[in-house]
Amino acid sequence: MGGSLNANHLMFLGYGALWTIGLSLIGLLGGGIAGFIVALCRISPSRIVRLLSAGYVQLIQGTPLLVIMFLTYFGLPALGVTVSPLMAAGASLTIFVSAYLGEIWRGCFESVPKPQWEAAEGLALSRSQRMMKVILPQAIRIATPPTVGFMVQIIKNTSLASVVGFVELARSGQIINNSLFEPFLIYTIIAVIYFALCYPLSRFSHRLEMRGGPARIELEAA
Amino acid sequence: MHKITRTDTASPIVALSSVHKSFGALKVLDGVSFEVNRGEVLALIGRSGSGKSTALRCIDRFETIDSGEIVVCGHRVSDPKLDLRALRQDVGIVFQSYNLFPHLTIEENIILAPCSVKRIGKVEAKVQAKQVLAQVGLEDKLHQYPEQLSGGQQQRAAIARSLAMQPKVMLFDEVTSALDPELTGEVLKVIEALAAAGMTMVMVTHEMGFARGIADRVVFMHRGKVHETGSADVLTSPVTPELAQFVGTGL
Repeated sequence: MGGSLNANHLMFLGYGALWTIGLSLIGLLGGGIAGFIVALCRISPSRIVRLLSAGYVQLIQGTPLLVIMFLTYFGLPALGVTVSPLMAAGASLTIFVSAYLGEIWRGCFESVPKPQWEAAEGLALSRSQRMMKVILPQAIRIATPPTVGFMVQIIKNTSLASVVGFVELARSGQIINNSLFEPFLIYTIIAVIYFALCYPLSRFSHRLEMRGGPARIELEAA
Repeated sequence: MHKITRTDTASPIVALSSVHKSFGALKVLDGVSFEVNRGEVLALIGRSGSGKSTALRCIDRFETIDSGEIVVCGHRVSDPKLDLRALRQDVGIVFQSYNLFPHLTIEENIILAPCSVKRIGKVEAKVQAKQVLAQVGLEDKLHQYPEQLSGGQQQRAAIARSLAMQPKVMLFDEVTSALDPELTGEVLKVIEALAAAGMTMVMVTHEMGFARGIADRVVFMHRGKVHETGSADVLTSPVTPELAQFVGTGL
């Protein structure tokens, strides 16, 4: 026990921060793919599919991420499936993110004005053509600011992976604190690193909102 | 009612018979029947809420009907097994709010359906896009985005987009209602030229002067029924008091 904060500790924290970023990317990618499917299901012409996906979203949004982590890390082994901390954390985040992004993106699809859907229908485009060529490009513009904004939530929520023994930024801070016992200093450093990761994203999201989406920026640049 | 025997080519392009449609408790179409023959221009007029726009939308199956029958270019629109995309290849529809796709240039707007639905090659589709844009007087706007065009130009581009699918009948749903009088004129000219070229058209319009000039037949709708119908002359010498009042207030 004892000693003072040195370069090795900072290296360890940096390593933890990298895993925070890595886990966030896993959550964004996995949750993005699953969330896209959820969003499509939520606006499906089939009532059953709509109801099932709405139920999924309600269920996940009504469950704390911490509980999802416990379920995958401690619950699955009880059923005979062993999972590593990374797998448990990645899967839990994917499930969590899919419900939220699915719902955000459903809103974006639906905020493409109804006449746009009708005009595409009137031109005899098939459902998938309408989706891919008319609705999706417009929905992506609408979806970009809230999606970037939600990435902040993903980054902050990866800290919950520390409870299943995954060594990301928060957990590496805990470990260092266990040996140095300088909680105020160490958790301040942790907070600053989280802030440094999240703040630029918040700013970026805000800027996108003001500019009306990334496509507008490209247009102005052209 | 008497039936006239026709040869197949002379059968109407659009035929509605005793069409009924309700939105909940509200009866919007109450036994509507009319026919549109090849090359004919039919103007659907009436007050807001008289059912004229709904009748038009039923023709392209944007609304389903409760009973009756609609046949469009040989497609039984009321049939649940209808091939919707086949129907919509034969029917062009233009809306009040233009509805061009904002993320695509005018050219991309026009070639989208011919390329993806009719599987026409891009080169050929672009040649055709130039032709239809010339028809509406916008050949220089090929590479602009919809938001760079005035309302009247956007509506003309929307008409060109429909024309590129070479429809057998065009439906116009109050296409000038969102435009000021100056821009209305340029859109009406385009529609006039289409009529002169022999296009079969059904249009819902509030432009009485225009309807009088262009329509072969006028259908006046009132409370979900066809209240009066006849040649464009009914607009100047209406028979029913309701139409008289309607055109009277329109002046």
